Amino acid sequence: MKNKRRTMLFVSGNRPKLVQESSVFGADAVVFDLTNGVEDSEKDCARILVKEAIDFLDFSNVEVIVKINSLDSEFGVKDVEIISKVKPSAIMVSKASEDQIKKIDSMLAKLERQEGFEEKAIKLIPTIETAYALEDIQNIISASERINAVFFDAEGLASDIDMERTKGGEEILYARSRVAMVCRVAGINAIDTYFVDANDYEGLEKDSQKAKSLGFTGKAAVDGRQIDTIQTIFVNRQEMRLVI
Amino acid sequence: MKNVIGREIPDNIEGFGKVRHYEGAYANLTDRVKVSVKTRSVKPGDSKLCETIDEVLDKLEVKDGMTLSFHHHLRNGDYVLNMVMAAVAKRGIKDIHVAATGIFPIHEPLVEYMKEGIVTGISVNYISPGPVATAISKGLLKNPAVMRSHGGRPRSIESGDMHIDVAFIAAPTADWYGNVNGVQGNAACGTLSYFMPDIEYADQVVAITDNMVPYPACPIDITQDHVDYVVKVDCIGDSKGITTGTMNITKDPVGLRIAKLTALFMDATGYIENEFSFQTGAGGTSLAVAAEVRKIMKEKNVVGSFAAGGVTGYIVDMLNDGLFRNIWDVQCFDLKAVASYRDNPKHMSMSGSLYGNPHVPGPIVNNLDVMILGATEIDTDFNVNVITGSDGIIMGASGGHEDTAAGSKLAIVVSSLTKGRLPVVKDAVTTVTTPGETVDVFVTERGIAINPRRVDLIEKIKDTDLPIVTIEELKEMSERLTGTPEPMQFGEKIVAVVEYRDGTVIDVVKQVI
Repeated sequence: MKNKRRTMLFVSGNRPKLVQESSVFGADAVVFDLTNGVEDSEKDCARILVKEAIDFLDFSNVEVIVKINSLDSEFGVKDVEIISKVKPSAIMVSKASEDQIKKIDSMLAKLERQEGFEEKAIKLIPTIETAYALEDIQNIISASERINAVFFDAEGLASDIDMERTKGGEEILYARSRVAMVCRVAGINAIDTYFVDANDYEGLEKDSQKAKSLGFTGKAAVDGRQIDTIQTIFVNRQEMRLVI
Repeated sequence: MKNVIGREIPDNIEGFGKVRHYEGAYANLTDRVKVSVKTRSVKPGDSKLCETIDEVLDKLEVKDGMTLSFHHHLRNGDYVLNMVMAAVAKRGIKDIHVAATGIFPIHEPLVEYMKEGIVTGISVNYISPGPVATAISKGLLKNPAVMRSHGGRPRSIESGDMHIDVAFIAAPTADWYGNVNGVQGNAACGTLSYFMPDIEYADQVVAITDNMVPYPACPIDITQDHVDYVVKVDCIGDSKGITTGTMNITKDPVGLRIAKLTALFMDATGYIENEFSFQTGAGGTSLAVAAEVRKIMKEKNVVGSFAAGGVTGYIVDMLNDGLFRNIWDVQCFDLKAVASYRDNPKHMSMSGSLYGNPHVPGPIVNNLDVMILGATEIDTDFNVNVITGSDGIIMGASGGHEDTAAGSKLAIVVSSLTKGRLPVVKDAVTTVTTPGETVDVFVTERGIAINPRRVDLIEKIKDTDLPIVTIEELKEMSERLTGTPEPMQFGEKIVAVVEYRDGTVIDVVKQVI
């Protein structure tokens, strides 16, 4: 497992082919997403698929993270219970809040004991995708010692505050700056939002450079084609801290 | 008997005849004598023009048992083969051998002619998946189809193995005395290269055109001294059909990953240097390899000697960017390539014989440094199948696969590790098209396998970060993803004979059941 997180490739958990191929693109981490793009009717199937894939396929060259549904939904608790059995490197928490992080931390502690895993083996990565979470980020990352990174989801934030997204990203300058600076002070990874147009390599490069200049340590990708571009931007960054 | 690569081939095959068994890729390259050619004199003042296909068939005296040849530069837009065969069928003629350089789904009427005994033999270098390929696989053709390569076909014609009674040129432009070009007219398709041996060696040659121009039809690809008759028709084909198939760089991240690894391997092994020569196909991943090679060439300021093969606009762009000095073109895959061939003297045509015939004093494939190839299956001996699909049905033919693999210094097969939930790497491929002796490297998204014969390559990359694995490891990886499929079951009837480029039989295809 790599401890670098320059690139995180997000893959919908209900797409078997993409899940199977996800480890071949040279990303530092893959995130199997049980939230976005997975219809409620497919949540159970996606959860089983991701669990079996982690259990069976070879991910020795990449860090494996699973993004679970919020505990406020009917799927979140089951996501934690099932996915933790295959011991992903980390669980990414959607619509993270201080309260939710504490609950998951305590669920994981119990599950780790049951499964015989070492204590705090499974890390947590809160997703900052609401205005409240953005302003409460300090409390969120202090809610569990498992947290070793934060993922900033600009699309989620845009949806939360009815903000129009642009390729230039001026509208998220404050949010990005805040997430990056808080993470820097805390000594944890700050992962920037994804650039949704997978065909626009030039736009991706500019967006990645902007994220890096603001202090992010890595960036999300939604397509294997984006990995090389992001990796190139973040490759020279002095590796931060991090005991994963 | 079992040939040298372990394929069980009879000594005689009904409808094909006595078998010369494959003995190795370079075992049969001795001196040869070309067959003599029958020609017809045309007196001054005599006309070559015919008003209809029927009129020309009368003059040709087409009869039972003849071999009629066609070319596939109009690809899936070709009307000429169907036009001629419909007129032949109407006359009640039987037992025709259709010697086509390529067959596409548009040629579906052949299936009925096969059932009726009008067509009893087919020889091809290329065949698209579709009704004719499926009909052959099901045993509807009386005699086994003969699958040759682009170089093997001219060899068979020039040696006399395949005698052609009449060659029909789909002529995008012609004049009344038989000069032909492929670069003007509504069905402009560029070079007419594959058909040059037919034109030189057929007993009679007919140009069928929908664009009759004043004499001479300059520029000229085929000159009047090879053409016996000219027929004017309303339309010889649909230019949209010429650009069938993938002609754009893939957006599939797996294909792009394979392309990048391939280019890095080429560079790491020292092939991307000044004067290097290169050929790739028109598929999405093949073009992606070209794009990655282009980046490296630009970074290193490399100027290659030539690019070759079927040509796309992408290769034309590389020529125009100064990355290659020349193009050797056997088939234009799009209209940009057609225009380049027409307008740029650096963009040259090569006949099928010049391209890949092993029995000439050096075809172009011998000058290729790097060749990028596809595969339906590859086995642990690096033998490649591009003929039969996972259901055993014919879905392709060699084209230039075996010619370029044999000639080039570095033959790289690129493929994803699984296709349609099936493993690509097998213990033994279903049908051998290209022998492993001529395949150097297999690049997948999960690793690169080097043929153990190429110890020089293994030595060159030993200090790189490239993901080098054995082909057995790739097989394990693919089977872990897909499981091991049950072996396919075939009937006893041989429906196609796979001739290696030197005229020996490397494998056979049996009827699907």
